[in-house]
Amino acid sequence: MSATGIGASVRRKEDFRFITGKGHYTDDISRPGQTYAYFLRSPHAHAKIKRIDKAAAEKMPGVLGVLDGAEMQADKIGNLICGWMIHSKDGSPMKMAPHPALAVGKVCYVGDPVVVVVAETLAQAKDAAEKVVVDYEELPAVVDCAKAKGATQIHEVASDNVIFDWHLGDKAKTDAAFASAKHITKLDIYNNRLAPNAIEPRAAIGEYDTGSESFTLWNTSQNPHVARLVIAAFVGMAPENKLRVIAPDVGGGFGSKIFIYNEEVVALWASKRVGRPVKWTAERSESFLNDAHGRDHATHAEMAFDADGKILGLRAHTVANLGAYMSTFSSSVPTYLYATLLSGQYAIPQIYCEVDAVYTNTAPVDAYRGAGRPEAAFVVERLMEVAARELGVDPADLRRRNFVKSFPHQTPVIMAYDTGDFDASLKKAMELADYKNFGKRKREAERRGKLRGIGFSAYIEACGIAPSQAVGSLGAGVGLWESAEVRVNPTGSVEVLTGSHAHGQGHETTFAQLVSERLGIPIESISIVHGDTDKVQFGMGTYGSRSGAVGMSAIVKALDKVEAKAKKVAAHMMEAAEGDIEFKDGTFTVAGTDKSAAWGDVALNAYIAHKFSGQELEPGLKEGAFYDPANFTFPAGCHICEVEVDPTTGETEIVNWSAVDDFGVVINPMIVEGQVHGGVAQGIGQAMIEHAIYDDNGQPVTGSFMDYAMPRAHNLPSFKVGMTMTKCPSNPLGMKGCGEAGAIAAPAAVINAITDAIGTENIAMPANAATVWAAIQKTQPRAAAE
Amino acid sequence: MAMTMNGEINLAAAQDVVWAKLNDPEVLKVCIPGCETLEKISDNEFQAVATNKVGPVKARFKGKVRFSDIDAPNGYKISGEGDGGIAGFAKGGATVRLTPNDGGGTVLSYDVEAQIGGKLAQLGQRLINGAAKKMADQFFEKFGQAVAGA
Repeated sequence: MSATGIGASVRRKEDFRFITGKGHYTDDISRPGQTYAYFLRSPHAHAKIKRIDKAAAEKMPGVLGVLDGAEMQADKIGNLICGWMIHSKDGSPMKMAPHPALAVGKVCYVGDPVVVVVAETLAQAKDAAEKVVVDYEELPAVVDCAKAKGATQIHEVASDNVIFDWHLGDKAKTDAAFASAKHITKLDIYNNRLAPNAIEPRAAIGEYDTGSESFTLWNTSQNPHVARLVIAAFVGMAPENKLRVIAPDVGGGFGSKIFIYNEEVVALWASKRVGRPVKWTAERSESFLNDAHGRDHATHAEMAFDADGKILGLRAHTVANLGAYMSTFSSSVPTYLYATLLSGQYAIPQIYCEVDAVYTNTAPVDAYRGAGRPEAAFVVERLMEVAARELGVDPADLRRRNFVKSFPHQTPVIMAYDTGDFDASLKKAMELADYKNFGKRKREAERRGKLRGIGFSAYIEACGIAPSQAVGSLGAGVGLWESAEVRVNPTGSVEVLTGSHAHGQGHETTFAQLVSERLGIPIESISIVHGDTDKVQFGMGTYGSRSGAVGMSAIVKALDKVEAKAKKVAAHMMEAAEGDIEFKDGTFTVAGTDKSAAWGDVALNAYIAHKFSGQELEPGLKEGAFYDPANFTFPAGCHICEVEVDPTTGETEIVNWSAVDDFGVVINPMIVEGQVHGGVAQGIGQAMIEHAIYDDNGQPVTGSFMDYAMPRAHNLPSFKVGMTMTKCPSNPLGMKGCGEAGAIAAPAAVINAITDAIGTENIAMPANAATVWAAIQKTQPRAAAE
Repeated sequence: MAMTMNGEINLAAAQDVVWAKLNDPEVLKVCIPGCETLEKISDNEFQAVATNKVGPVKARFKGKVRFSDIDAPNGYKISGEGDGGIAGFAKGGATVRLTPNDGGGTVLSYDVEAQIGGKLAQLGQRLINGAAKKMADQFFEKFGQAVAGA
């Protein structure tokens, strides 16, 4: 292993610019003649718009335009769309309601954009917005997914507010498995709604060039090419060749920046309307209102066991809240990213899952770190822990009895696990957690008046999304391959253009490590280019832990082609047969001779083209590749959480966290460990403190950091992180992906530990001090009496 | 976002005096914090404009105020809704009861229920409740002065 190659913990190349304020984020960019947009948003969760009076606002100083949804429709700007088709049980397509970028006729959630004011300065835009009068006629609102069916209808297309009622698996066979069961464990779960909070709020600059009749959009996207495709093909802003999308440095996304949002579409349209570039940067309070939220599932789940504690079947009914409109990929999250993972790490003969997706008067809900898989892992791992307690079996033992042990393994819910060693990650996690001495620690804690508990989460996820043909058959509107282009300069330095998009993941380092390893050149000589549709031909972006397994595989394919071409050039240079050329550590040699040529010399010769004729070989050294994965990848592992609860206050401290993950081959262990830390922190946040709440009228109660609890350092322990490794067989590097694992694993581990500590079967997330205290009052009357 | 608040104060005036002041738009205009206009549009209905600041949000509310459940001179319900534009909205009402106290004065008790939406609601419950309490205190301080001066 070289100091900068695969497996080295190379310091992140991009961090110097990020931590010294030298990054270039969208808000850092200013265009000549730039103007500013301010959005007037609905203060009501559900209302008819009776009248919009813009006259006074239009006369305010500095105002260039006060624009509404009717004008947008008149300009033939189309609606935002959801790009994944789901069919209900009866075969009918999902009920996708019109989602205009500026509301037309009615508003459906607090924050729904109604009018945009464009002015010379942001202050002028805000002042003018105060003069806009919108008359609303309020309608009853529904916020709770369990109450959405039959509540006041939100969209004409969806009677009963049901978007689809979908299912997966064989109901009859699953019911038969339950009929023969010796024991059935039942659980009602609410997977709490989360507000994503990337450190950089969303932003957009739209610019229209009248000369070329083309648009440029700078935005905070995780997938600029998909944004361009949707805005061109569906919104109809401009043909794809007349729209350039640039997503420069982006400060975190966690899924929330995958989607195509109202404001970026409006910024583009408004820039043509006012004839000047239009900039919008979200204020944090706008982020809370409009960034797509995550989770919000209510599930009833059951697991059936035989007399030996072997699982016979699992069935679940889930109601998923998709919010007021269908966001870009929202339909895929509670369906194919969720129910397909309900087999967990276990050999389960029969699984049946029903999912009802509903509209409510809340912000749209879409993918958030893990997207469907945290919800699935939570169902499976909570059921396993509760079952172990009911059956009087050690939770590790019950898991071991049911692990999938031979691969490939076809689950009853589409996924075919290719490889893994679940025993190994469980064993290593138990060692890290010092499981065998837990009883001793529990007794010691008891002497101090504390309740100590331990909880497992043996999760699996499907990453590296995804084989295009497979997702196409499941309803995806796009393929999920990735592209790469490797451009070698005459001096031997390299630019890699990738369709992946970095917003904190460290691609500039890890992708360069791959190239350094392959070409034997220092990572300083390698630049990673991403996030500009004029530079990178096409790409599917970064989400679903796909940039390593899919994005880097595309780079490998392009590097293979570069190496093959360079060998041809080297053969001409050294007057040898192409088949005799060997390439290792940056040097080309002729087998059986002492002839050699350095990488840089070969690169130069490829461009000066003096050693071969153009008829024999094309000059230049640049190759591109598209890589379409053959299968999903299946990162898996075991996290063990140990907590101590103060029964007098409900205050819960995580005293031990042991994470053992199998991510396949790891490029940069330091970055991977950082991803685990971040994911676990978000998972602990969900389990213990985070909750996006609306009141009964649809007003957001947690609309700022005053009321929405984000995890901080003091909420978190020092993590013990370990790895096991089974190589992914379906991609050339053997990678599985690591970006979401922590967020998927953590919630079940935390809740299993807390319920173990306080001796209750179930507790709602977030299990904050008040919730834990209330649960203790029910289960430990003695402690309550004290 | 729902907001509730209740309380009672002792006023140094007889019940019929307090009742008269409670129905006098000029008195109410002086007492309502930030009130710019309060114009009668029917027997029991007024058009009002008030500017108020809650935390970082300053807004000019326009709306209607109504009296209902009138039980002279024992109390009524005063309700209304105000549209604060980009700041959001507030609507709701207060049930006001008057009873004589031992010292020849009047006890005024109030029970407020309000709904707040938009940017104001986003500020959070704690800030809203604090601001509402402060406004109620301001109202009754001025109202106490008005009845005492009668």
